[in-house]
Parts: sequence; structure tokens; C-alpha cells
Amino acid sequence: MRLLPFLTSAIVTLSLVTVLNTQLSIGPTKSPKLGYFLSPQHGFWKNAEKVNTNFDASIVTNELKGNVDVYLDDRLVPHIYADHDEDAYFVQGYLHAKFRLWQMDFQTRVASGRLSEIAGADKLSIDRFFRRLGMVYGAEQTEAAINANNPEMKSTVDAYTAGVNAYIKQLDPADMPFEFKLMNYAPEKWTPAKTYLFLMFMSYDLTGRSAAADLQLTNTRDYLGYELFDKLYTNHQDSLDPIIPKGTVYQKPSIIPIKPAIADSAYLHQTTAVAYTNVETPEAPNENNGSNNWAVSGSKTKSGRPILCSDPHLGLNMPSLWYEVQITTPTHSTYGASFPGSPAVIIGFNDSLAWGVTNAGRDVLDFYEIKFKDTTESEYWFNGTWNAVTKRTEVIKVKDSADVVEEIPMTHWGPAMYDAHYQNPQSKGRNLAIQWTAHTSSTGVETFYRLNRAKNYDDYIKAISLWTCPGQNFVLATKSGDIAIKQQGAFVARWERQGDFIMPGDDSTYAWQGIIPNEENPTIKNPERGFVSSANQKSTDETYPYYLGTASSFPLYRGISVNKHLIGMSNITPEDMQALQTNNYNVFAATARPALMKYLQVEKLSEDAKRMVTEMTNWDLFNSVNSKGITVFKIVWDSVEQAVWGDELAGSSIPLTKPDAFVLLDQMLRDSNWSVADDINTKDKVETLQDQVTLGIENATQKLLALEKENKLEWSLFKATKVLHLTKMPALSRLNLPIGGGVNIINATTENHGPSWRMVVHLTDEIEAYGLYPGGQSGNPGSPYYDTFVDYWAAGKYYRLLFLAKEKLIQHERTKWHIQFKTA
Amino acid sequence: MKNKITINIKFITTILVAALLAYAIGIYSILPWWSFVITNVIVAIAIPQKPLTSFFSGALAIGLLWACLSMIIDQSNHHILSTKVATILPLKGSYITLIIVTSIIGAIVGGLASLTGSFARKTN
Repeated sequence: MRLLPFLTSAIVTLSLVTVLNTQLSIGPTKSPKLGYFLSPQHGFWKNAEKVNTNFDASIVTNELKGNVDVYLDDRLVPHIYADHDEDAYFVQGYLHAKFRLWQMDFQTRVASGRLSEIAGADKLSIDRFFRRLGMVYGAEQTEAAINANNPEMKSTVDAYTAGVNAYIKQLDPADMPFEFKLMNYAPEKWTPAKTYLFLMFMSYDLTGRSAAADLQLTNTRDYLGYELFDKLYTNHQDSLDPIIPKGTVYQKPSIIPIKPAIADSAYLHQTTAVAYTNVETPEAPNENNGSNNWAVSGSKTKSGRPILCSDPHLGLNMPSLWYEVQITTPTHSTYGASFPGSPAVIIGFNDSLAWGVTNAGRDVLDFYEIKFKDTTESEYWFNGTWNAVTKRTEVIKVKDSADVVEEIPMTHWGPAMYDAHYQNPQSKGRNLAIQWTAHTSSTGVETFYRLNRAKNYDDYIKAISLWTCPGQNFVLATKSGDIAIKQQGAFVARWERQGDFIMPGDDSTYAWQGIIPNEENPTIKNPERGFVSSANQKSTDETYPYYLGTASSFPLYRGISVNKHLIGMSNITPEDMQALQTNNYNVFAATARPALMKYLQVEKLSEDAKRMVTEMTNWDLFNSVNSKGITVFKIVWDSVEQAVWGDELAGSSIPLTKPDAFVLLDQMLRDSNWSVADDINTKDKVETLQDQVTLGIENATQKLLALEKENKLEWSLFKATKVLHLTKMPALSRLNLPIGGGVNIINATTENHGPSWRMVVHLTDEIEAYGLYPGGQSGNPGSPYYDTFVDYWAAGKYYRLLFLAKEKLIQHERTKWHIQFKTA
Repeated sequence: MKNKITINIKFITTILVAALLAYAIGIYSILPWWSFVITNVIVAIAIPQKPLTSFFSGALAIGLLWACLSMIIDQSNHHILSTKVATILPLKGSYITLIIVTSIIGAIVGGLASLTGSFARKTN
């Protein structure tokens, strides 16, 4: 042996292998282990799926009661035929894992504050936020309740879990999903807790905005004073077209919430500086989280049978939140969009009826200010005595770093999310407990389980009566001809403005005085006008006996647009409904543009501004792909808003909530000269709406000219809609999609948000259904099925959904592959 | 002349044997990606060559193996994933560059492993 050369060579080899086997830091992110990642037998190359992959398979397992056949159609949608319900959920779990395992892992990691475990201290602030918000706590409540009292749901979730784990168990490490390799970690076993955590995340996504909004509204109120606040953030919407038509008579409320006698001074008008959370938190749930759904009765359709439509508006991500599936067992046959992470179909139809959901937007999350006795935070003041706190310990594992331990004080309100250990310099000394209906055990899984099996209106009512959080508008259409919509959830019986701001936490009179009984939740069945609809607007007019929450939680204009169109339609076909779901008419601009023109002083405008105004007035009011008019309108409107209330809000050192667009528009339509229009910075002059509209257009013109130079005046180029991979990596995303729509539009597609699943179901004898989501059935970026539906979705097209009995499906030309599950 | 031909056959045989063994051990995905380092060392000990020759035979074995495997995979994948990875890494989205990088990484490690193996032999 030549010792020196040998040792040198060996050391060099080992060092190189070590470097290639290490994640290198590149800025804030880490590289994959390059040698591993590039190895064609271990790394990412293994995830490059053959474009003509044969998905046929035969799987033998001793975890099934009987055999199960799965047929995959040409869009890779599985049609599961099982003899036992639990077997069907086992297979659903298996397939979710087969096609979406990384996403399932990642989403539940976010929900449970476990990102740092894989990504390091960089993600700690996000993890701490979700831990302190009580995400794990809430999921634990649900799991405990289901394990104790609900054997049917327990066995359903257990079967689903076993299916996911059966896939993980047989998974060759070389075949684990791409993102695990990229981020250098491995899949872990699924548990029922993860299913509940995932559903908890949906509660956060759809009701958790209050966790940010309540603090912001409080600070805005404090900054402006309640008088001005109430003008700019009024809860009254002149043009409201509620879900339950105006004029409906509501029964006497069984709870009459009583406002504390001193609330005006001690709560509403209280303006001492309060907590503001400036710590880095995850992005608050999107303010446009919402949806459309409607059903038209046979009286309005060409066939005489109802048609139901549902399109939930959520963040647009890949892999998609949704995964299409058909589940057929002796008890039911159901098709629709499922959540990878949860059993059953969430939005879909069965052989008797169809259902869909939109978000109710009701406020079910409040903050209470807590006074602790001392720095140990072991007692807090409530109703004149010191009350004991229990501490909830949450351990956050951090990659390459020591564990971080959260000791969260638990009060009778809920977790004290903000305390001495979690806040920013501006919130020093403020402690805030959070009360949220999502912290209470929930039977959400059972609602969908029952809806999957529902045969008629009564079954639907029973199924949704179990639903607590997030509150939803459940729409229904049955083959027998019924249509209905009901807003369902555990809704707090509130007095006006209760919980809009942080409430005193030492006084029981500020507590929730009850949950509104299900029978009193807004419901309508087979109305005379021949349709039911919802688009996240307020569910009722102001005669409903309970307070719904701040108006900013209830977008106005999409609902107006849906109803306006539906009223005018007859002889409706599924194609008409597709056209309506993808409709780009801007009902807001239809009202706002003439209002702007009324106040505009054209003679004061520059030539460029005049040209922009012409572009805007010539616009056909559709937010179409190539439209320039909408871009001009949007920027003009934003500038006018800024001119009107930018001065009022500008002096604050912390970000304040922007008032809703309807507030300004309603004022313009009332033709009053509104005091807010005055620029408070000019002492010698009183500006009018005329002045501000003219100024706004002039300011907008500067931005528009810049856009014009960049060639970005066309709406889809300006809006640049994208479907983002969950890691936000552009390479794994679809960017700059040619699609119209926007805020206030039925086709509610904004930059990274919009119709995440579009479904149209015609309730004929053999159900005729259409649908798609912007993604693909495979979550693997290396699969041709990764983004299959994106272009079709952007173009406003639909797929005919295959919903057939087994013998017919086997014969169908679109059926491609067969996966057999056999008992051992 | 005769001697040179022998060396060339030996050289090529070494490449083939090393590549084959590296591929075979790579099938066991439970083993680490660098398992071919061991097989290359063994081959270099078993088939004596001059250090530099040994380096090149080891480098070519793994480099060609990784190039072939990734090319075959990439071809039947229509470059779907390689284009994305070549954007992340970043290699300007070029799948060809990515295949070359893959091959070079394998070649360098493979070559060094074989070099180490050849030094491990007693000098002849």
C-alpha cells in the first residue's frame, strides 16, 4: 500500500461524499443533499414518471374485509367499488397517499406547528403562531370526542388511516415523493390526529381571519375613535341582496343577547392603546376566501330537473387541496372532490342528490384581554377573584437547533395566545386569550359522511345539523326536485359589535351568551323565485334577530351578480350554468363607474388622464383576459379610495384595516357631501368628493402610464394569476395564466386565489355532472398528471365527470387502468 | 502494441464491471446513494491498474452509468421533471445541463473511489 497517496485520496473521497451528502445553506433555504438528489437510483430522477405509465396494479393486504376494485379513468380519477364502507375508506386513504403523500404531510405540519422540525428555526414564528392559536388543542378535543362517543366515525377515520399507512409501509425509499427528497426528510406514519388537524386547518382558513382582523380592527378603532370608525367601517350595506331574500320573517329568537350596560364606554369607545401583533405570523387567511353556490329548480331549467353549482374560492395551490374520487359501496354511490387527508367526498353528489358549500363568514373567534396576577401567569383576574391557570405545554422540535417549549396559559375563555412570552414590543404587558368555536370538539367528518349517503332533504338537514365549524352555506338539489340552502354552524348569539374588538376578559358579562339553535339558522327550501344561492354575502337582512359580524366579512357584489343573472334566466341548461360560473361581468363597476363619472371634473384632467378615462368609459364591464378597461378602472378606484381615506389612516405607525369599497360607493350614490372626503392635511381647504375623484384619477394615470410602458395593461397580464406549489417555488408552479375574473366577479379569480373546484350537477335520472379544479390528480411534479386541468380551467372549460355503476364503467372508453385490492 | 491493447481491454472491462456493480448495489435503495464508492474500491483492488487509469475507469463507470440512467428516465418522462429541477438548481431550465451535472458528480466521486482503491493495493 502506498500510504500517503492512499490516505490523501481516501480523505478527499470521503470529504466529497460528505459534502454531497449534506444540505448546504443557500441564503435562507437549504439545498437538497446533492449527491443523493442527483443519484438516478435514489434521488429525484426516480420521480420522473413515464408519460405512458401503466397504473394497473394488484395489491394484497390483510387489512380489508373484502376485495376492492379501483378503475382509473383517463384523467386519473379513481372509481372505487367496495363491498364494505370501511374498505372504501381504506382504499381512499391508500390512493390519497399514493398520489398526494407529501402534500398530506406538509399541510398537517403547517396546521400543527411542525414546520421547524423539517425546515429549521426559520419557520419557528409560524409554528409558534399555530401552536398558540390552539390548533393542536382543538384537534385533540375532536379526536377525544370521536374516540369516546362516535364508533362509526372512529372506524371510518381508522380505516382511512390504515389505508394511508399501508401505502407508506410498502413505499420504497427511492420512490418517496419528490418534495421529501428536495427538503430532505421522510414520510412518517399517518394518524387519525392528522386528519383532525387537517380539518382544523380548514377551520382556520375559513374562520381564522378574525385572529388577525379583531386586533387590526381594535387598533383602527383606537386610532380613529369610535365615531369615525363607525362611519368608515359601517355594518350597514345599502345594496345588500342577502342569501335569504329580504322581507323573510324570522321566528322569535330563543336567545336575546344582552349588551353589558357599560359596554359603550368600557368596550366600544375604549381607546387605550391595545395589543398589536407585529410578530411575524403566517399570512392571514385570504380575505377573498369565499365561494359561490346555487341551485335552480326544475321550473327554471330546460329539462325540468334541478341543477346545482358549487365553486369554492380558496388559495390556488399545487398539489391541489382537492382530489376527485368516486366511492361506490352497497350503502351509497358518491362522486366529488375529496380532501387528501380526510375520508369521504366533501363537495359532490350521489345518486339521489348534490350538495355544495360556501363560507358563512360569521365571526366565531374573539379575543379577551387577560390580567395575570404576576409574571408566573398562574392566576388571572375574573369576576372579582383570582382564577387558576393551567399551563399547556407544546414542544416544537427545531431542525439543527434546541427544542422550543411553549407554556400556554389556559383560561376559561381559551388559550392565552398572547402573553409575556409571545408578543411584540408594541403589545408589552398585554395578554390576550382567544375563544374560538374550532376549539370545541367537532363532528365535521360525520357531516360529510352523512351527506355522501343522504337520499333527500331530511337526510341533508340531519347531516348538516352536526356541522359546527367553519360555518358554511350548504346548498342542496335532489333528483326528486327539491332545492334548499341552509347556513349552518355553531354561531354565537351576539349583541351588535360583540367581539368585533378585543373584549374585557375579567367580566363575565362579555362572554358568549349562547350558541344559536340550529333551527334558527337561516334556511330556505323551494322558494318561489326558483333558485337558492349564496356568495358569502350576509345571509339575512337586518331583521334577523342576531348580529352576524362586521360587514367586511361579507362581500356584497358577487351575490348581487349571481342573483341578478339567475332571476333573468329560464330554460337553463348545464352549459348555461358553466357560463355563469365563469362569468366575468363586473357588477361593482357597473355601479361604481357612473358614480365616478358623476363626480369627475373632466376639464381639470390632463390629456393622459382623459385618455385613461376614455379607456374606462369604453370598457364593456367584463373582466376579460384582454381587457384594459378593467385595469384602468381598478387602479382608478383604488386611487380614489386612497385619496378619500388615505389621509385619515396615514398617520398610524401600525397597519390599519382598509375600509370596504362599498362604504365609499354607497356614499357616492347617496349623493351626500361626505365629511371623510376632506383631506385632513389641508387646513385651509375643504375637499369634496369631486376633488378627490379627480385627484384619484390623476394619480392613477401615473401608475397606468407606467403599466402601459411595461405592456401590462391587459387584465390577465396585470393580474398574473398563478397556481402556486405549496413551497411557493416558481419552477413547480403555473404562472401567468390567461384567465379573467377578479374580486366581486362570479369568476372570482385573483392573483393566487379563486375557484378551486368548479362543479355543475344536473339532477337527471342518470346524473349529468361537470367539473374540474386547477391542478391535476397526481401531486408529483414529475408526472404528466401534475397540472393536467390547469389550462382547461383557465379557459373556462369543463370535463364531463364519469359517474357510473361498475359494469358500465368497466366498459367505458375513458376507463384506462385497474387497481385490484385483494384480501390476503 | 500488444501490451496497449491488453490495457485497453482491461480498462473497458473495469469500467463495465464497476458500472454493473454500482448499478446492482444501487437497486437496494435502502443503502445510501454513495454505495458505489465501496464497489469501485473493491473493483480497483481486484483489477490492478495504474492510479490514473484506475481513476478514469472509475469515473467513466459511474459517469456513464448515471448519464445513461438519467437520459433513459428523462426521455420517457419527456423532460417534465428535469426541466423543473434544472430551474430550481438553477441550471436555466436545461435538462441537458442537468444530465451533464448528474454525470459529472457521479464521475468525480466514482473516480476518486477507484483511485483510493488502486492506492490500497500493494505496489506492483
